[in-house]
Amino acid sequence: MNHSPNSKRYDAIVIGAGHNGLAAAAILAKSGLRVLVLERRGSLGGAAGAEEIFPDCQVSMGAQDAGLFLPQLVTELGLERLGLRWVETPALTTVFTSQGKPLTLWRDVHRTAQEIAQFSARDADRYPRFADQIFQSSAVLADLMTVTPPALPELRLGDLAVWLRPALHARRLGKKAFMALLRILPMSVADYLDEWFETPALKAALGSTSVIGQMQGPRAPGTAFLLLYHAIHAAHGETRSSRFVQGGPQALIQALTQSAREHGAEICAGLGVVKILIEDGRAIGVELENGERLFARATLSSLDPRRTLFDLVGAHNLELHVVREVKNIRLRGSLARLNLLLSNLPQFNIQASEFERLSGHVVICPDLDYLERAYDDAKYGRFSHKPFLDIVIPTLCDPSLAPDGNHLMNINVQFTPRWLEWDDLQRRALLDVVLNTLSTHVPELRQQILDIQLLTPLDLEREFSLSEGDIYQGQMGLDQLLFMRPIPGFPRYKMPLGDLYLCGAGAHPGGGLTGAPGYNAARQVLRKFSAQ
Amino acid sequence: MPIPTPFHARTGAICESHEWRNWSGYLAASLYEPTHEREYYAIRNAAALIDVSPLYKYEISGPEAERLVNRIFTRDFSRCAVGQVRYTPWCDDDGKVIDDGTVARLEQNKFRVTAAEANLAWFQDCGYGMAVHVQDVTAELAALALQGPNARLILEPILQEVELKELKYYCFAEGSIRGIPLTISRTGYTGDLGYELWVSPRHALDLWDLLIERGVDFGITPAGILALDIARIEAGMIMNQVDYISSRKALIEEQKSSPFEIGLGWAVDLEKEDFVGRRALIEERRRGSAWRLVGLEVDWNDLEAVFRRWDLTPQVAGRASRSAVPIYRGNRQIGQMTSHTFSPWLKRYIGIGMARSREVREGDAVSVEVTVEYQRLRANAKIVRLPFINLPRKRA
Amino acid sequence: MPVKYDVIVIGGGHNGLTAAAYLARAGLKTLVLERRHVLGGASVTEEIFPGFKFSVFSYVVSLLRPEIIRDLNLPLHGLTILPLESTLTPLPNGDYLYRGADHYESYRNIARFSPRDADAYEDYGRMMYFMAKAVKYILGIIPPDPASLHPADLNGLLNLARRFLGLEREQFYTLMRLMTMSSADFLQRWFESEPLLGTLSASGVIGTFLGPRSPGSAYVLLHHYMGEIDGVFRSWGFAKGGTGGIASAIASAARSFGAEIRLNSSVSRVLTRNGSATGVVLESGEEFSAKVVVSSLDPQQTFMKLIDPTLLPEEIVEALRLYVYRGSSGKVNLALDAAPKFACWPGQGPHLRGAISISPGVDYIEHAYDEAKYGRFSSRPYIDIVIPSMIDPDMAPPGKHVMSCFVQYAPYELADGDWDQQREAFGDAVINTLSEYIPNLKDILLYRQVLTPLDIERITGLTQGNIFQGELSLSQLFFLRPAPGLAKYRTPVRGYYQCGSAAYPGGGLSGATGRLAALQILRNEFGRRDKT
Repeated sequence: MNHSPNSKRYDAIVIGAGHNGLAAAAILAKSGLRVLVLERRGSLGGAAGAEEIFPDCQVSMGAQDAGLFLPQLVTELGLERLGLRWVETPALTTVFTSQGKPLTLWRDVHRTAQEIAQFSARDADRYPRFADQIFQSSAVLADLMTVTPPALPELRLGDLAVWLRPALHARRLGKKAFMALLRILPMSVADYLDEWFETPALKAALGSTSVIGQMQGPRAPGTAFLLLYHAIHAAHGETRSSRFVQGGPQALIQALTQSAREHGAEICAGLGVVKILIEDGRAIGVELENGERLFARATLSSLDPRRTLFDLVGAHNLELHVVREVKNIRLRGSLARLNLLLSNLPQFNIQASEFERLSGHVVICPDLDYLERAYDDAKYGRFSHKPFLDIVIPTLCDPSLAPDGNHLMNINVQFTPRWLEWDDLQRRALLDVVLNTLSTHVPELRQQILDIQLLTPLDLEREFSLSEGDIYQGQMGLDQLLFMRPIPGFPRYKMPLGDLYLCGAGAHPGGGLTGAPGYNAARQVLRKFSAQ
Repeated sequence: MPIPTPFHARTGAICESHEWRNWSGYLAASLYEPTHEREYYAIRNAAALIDVSPLYKYEISGPEAERLVNRIFTRDFSRCAVGQVRYTPWCDDDGKVIDDGTVARLEQNKFRVTAAEANLAWFQDCGYGMAVHVQDVTAELAALALQGPNARLILEPILQEVELKELKYYCFAEGSIRGIPLTISRTGYTGDLGYELWVSPRHALDLWDLLIERGVDFGITPAGILALDIARIEAGMIMNQVDYISSRKALIEEQKSSPFEIGLGWAVDLEKEDFVGRRALIEERRRGSAWRLVGLEVDWNDLEAVFRRWDLTPQVAGRASRSAVPIYRGNRQIGQMTSHTFSPWLKRYIGIGMARSREVREGDAVSVEVTVEYQRLRANAKIVRLPFINLPRKRA
Repeated sequence: MPVKYDVIVIGGGHNGLTAAAYLARAGLKTLVLERRHVLGGASVTEEIFPGFKFSVFSYVVSLLRPEIIRDLNLPLHGLTILPLESTLTPLPNGDYLYRGADHYESYRNIARFSPRDADAYEDYGRMMYFMAKAVKYILGIIPPDPASLHPADLNGLLNLARRFLGLEREQFYTLMRLMTMSSADFLQRWFESEPLLGTLSASGVIGTFLGPRSPGSAYVLLHHYMGEIDGVFRSWGFAKGGTGGIASAIASAARSFGAEIRLNSSVSRVLTRNGSATGVVLESGEEFSAKVVVSSLDPQQTFMKLIDPTLLPEEIVEALRLYVYRGSSGKVNLALDAAPKFACWPGQGPHLRGAISISPGVDYIEHAYDEAKYGRFSSRPYIDIVIPSMIDPDMAPPGKHVMSCFVQYAPYELADGDWDQQREAFGDAVINTLSEYIPNLKDILLYRQVLTPLDIERITGLTQGNIFQGELSLSQLFFLRPAPGLAKYRTPVRGYYQCGSAAYPGGGLSGATGRLAALQILRNEFGRRDKT
């Protein structure tokens, strides 16, 4: 794969072959542009890619779930034709409490209500109405995924047109639901769920989703928005947008790669970009690690805004107010990733007949106070001594991912701060805490472990060029969304320099395996080209 | 409450007027004697010793120091050799002036900046990502200005390691006086022959005493801010927050100025590598500036005539005024005179101001507002070239 | 035959009295009914300990609208506001941060911790000046309803948008950030030194159940920055005679315009006929009839207690049920035999004539908040102190002093026990914390009055002891406060109005709500447009 580019000049060069970079490349190539993708690492996909970390196993390095992936990309690129297969597991989320029975949110709303009824009849009664509200409200957000935010306050009439659809959608909600949405967005997820439910495990199952990747606890205002964000493509009745890809997230990367290549894009791995070339305030191309220079009419970076603007463009090439903005982007690594190879399926505290419960996300977080305390530790610069774990066992839906009936376990260890001395001692301490926590639910876990890979936020930063190890390339707080993302004044994927575009999670609509920033940025480039 | 400068033990003891000003939080004598006339004449006829310690001072050092100063300031510092000083403004992204001051190249990779206002956060942010260190050294450096035709005579015999005659205008050197290490620069804020001495506060009082002792036969006279203010207006030198408002302090856009507008266009090098504000300044150069700095000379005969209506002679304070008055052409206000004073040397009433650039040319007849007996009147004035006094010895 | 009034105002707090004064000034026959034996509600001065006058609850003035002072001629009625000069932040290591009226002195004080911060402090102050200026406009208008298509609302929205979009770019974004960020994050855009960050971020949590790292707290920062005395933004003052001086001045003004004020008159119900308010009945059974009834009490009492909630549309009842009060602060008033000696700055000086803030760092306040999150009062709380007798010698016998301590956090809901059991332990925590900074405190302490949120609720009637009549959170501001559709003083019950802090524009000793409500009543019910 490590070939060198065929040419020196392209219509577009995309820096980074993560899912957003590939999505942008595929859309551009499909429109007939000459596109080159440059990836520093030897393999494609970035944090959504997989590597053979364990013998004969392709292990996803960062991603788990593809539920947020933009449907427009699937259809426009015909990814299903290229072999993309979705797996919709019966369970969305299962919470294991320290004692007693697990609680599963099923894809089926009635089954979930029945499940909840074992804890609280009142909550079971309310759950379908809650699911309605989530569905209605998150649909408004789903509309916003492909909207290019206008550059406020220099608002032009044309900018407003794109808001029409979401605005109409919001109006269709009716005044009451619209007001409810406005009220919910800035709320804390804890307050929001407290309004609805009394069962701690239910609130944990729903609320824990909204702190993933965030350096905020469930009591932080603004986290309710993330609950909706994580449900944007959920079907009616589902409260989490969750679906897996046959073959793991890497299969999605393969489909994107194939689509881009079919349309003529060149994709070079093992070629890192060290510099974005600038002439007269415009990006004209890139310089590679080996000193080679390549030129393009448009340069798209899927790296985070700080890497892009400080490392590749250079702070000295930016105006001071931009420097100050980029410096102040809230980038906060809060996640470690632990991948385990297990000899057999971990025996959680359930009957063998209930294995279905493990098919979605398995969450170690009995209640929201547990989650808040896990955050408290991180707030003061420690990792949680009782961590919140979000676990996926991908081999349950695709046994071929590991040989000999072995199982893989992908664990997101939330509230693991980036700014710790991540030496061997610290890593071992974190590993111990996670395994001890898991062992309370899977007592024989340690004996089942065949292999371990631990990625601390520092590793994520180094491995995937994520500043501060922030998987969202910028925290998804209300202050860093829409026209405030990546920095105010430059929300239209165009960067402070002409012909430079940001196409990663750092741009609107933000993080997660969505492909939306790549899709939107590519369309922005096409609009620009067609205007020329 | 303002705090004393390192020279206060001396300046405080001789300040008969008991009139102090708050200069950046420090006590600065307005004048030492009951009137400031003798202090002013010391600047022009002998030598005045002025405590300028309250200036903000910064050191910029590190492998990329030159790159940073070139990014901050509008002048080209790649052409500033070690031992040279440059006077320069600096701007924000929109090309509006933040402040002005001097920059000395101490070493290849080390510069010292003087500024009228605090600038640390700005300088540091300009240097974001560069291998450079910006440090506030205001409290670590006491400063004295020795200004006037006798300044060299006073310093020459006592200054060691520096050949004063060789020290050119806007150059500096490291030397010592009776074992006190100091930096001496051929700079000043008076438009006269003069030096500025930069010394550790530890040696401040010793240096003061030595200079007074050595200078007494040459008419050395401690001088306060009032005398300095007159001299700097005569020399056509502008002052931050008086003649223009720093863009960091302006409350509305209209209060901001570009370097072109405040007479510092000569200090803007649009050809050099990128610096903060360059894009906007190129645009302004193309489009033209709205305002320009002007010198004004008020017609004394007319001023007399205005006062004569009340049977008065011109009641102009001997002090420089920092309250702006409108400038008119006909009945239209075209600008404002921001600093003005009676020049004891020229025996004329002079001023510095800002005027709409399209409406004034040198030699134009205008008028300025004069208040006589609570009535606002106008006196004829002329737009003249700055500076009002340009002495050959200034650069000698 | 009972007397018929034009308007009856329920509650003699500053908002009720302000409304009454404006209504009486317009020539209406106005009656104020106050439950207690003193006027003022939470702005009262009482001689709890012989010779010592306590501003029992509210203790500083910054938000009292100057137009009210002018319109009602309050200085003629005895109002004198004395400036608070400075803020002292004592530090645990015996050092301190002092910020006063002298710009350069503050600069030097901050520069001892960070020269960079000292420089940035001016930029920050300037930006907050712009922000206060922008928001001042909002405080003077009646909030438009974004979901309404009524021309007045659309016009209001348009004006609002124009106002905001007309802001200079950086100011606009800063305003967006103030609405969404945490005060700590917001302040970190300017500052790096802990004492400055700590003490500034403290203003972001006053009266709320948020920590300095909780998003939303930056708005509260602004809320406290909007004080305006003599046209100068952000100046805090102290009313001569204590905060009760404000209420008595407004009451005196109201009486001078002909308003009648009755003490010891607890309203039990608002009388209605055919969905219209017709008067009130007291607990004593006495009845008063009026054309209009206006309540200055909080929404819980105004809508759920004084009237029959069935008169309200269901969704409003539901919204009021969800309205969050969440008292988070207590008040400790001390009578002292002598002046307190601060370890960091012994002796008397300007520092005792200003505010003294026990807020040495962001973590300190955040830790205090953590305890409250889990239902305990802070063992080492954030305390905001003023010593009124230093400014107004009449407040205590000669040489002796009163010290007013606003204490946070004291959650209304305790996890263990109740406030009647915990009151003294809470008082001890405050005294012990203070003693760390004031070593002679225990020697000079003559008397302490400890007010828990429960006491505040019992005495003033403020639900859960929330000083703002409801949490100042983004989901409860502007057109959402106190509930969608209730933001405009008018209620669904004809002739029944609200004018308490829960109505727009929210809490604080501003009187703005009382004034705006009165102007609405005059316009809607009596067809008058007040020129002021």
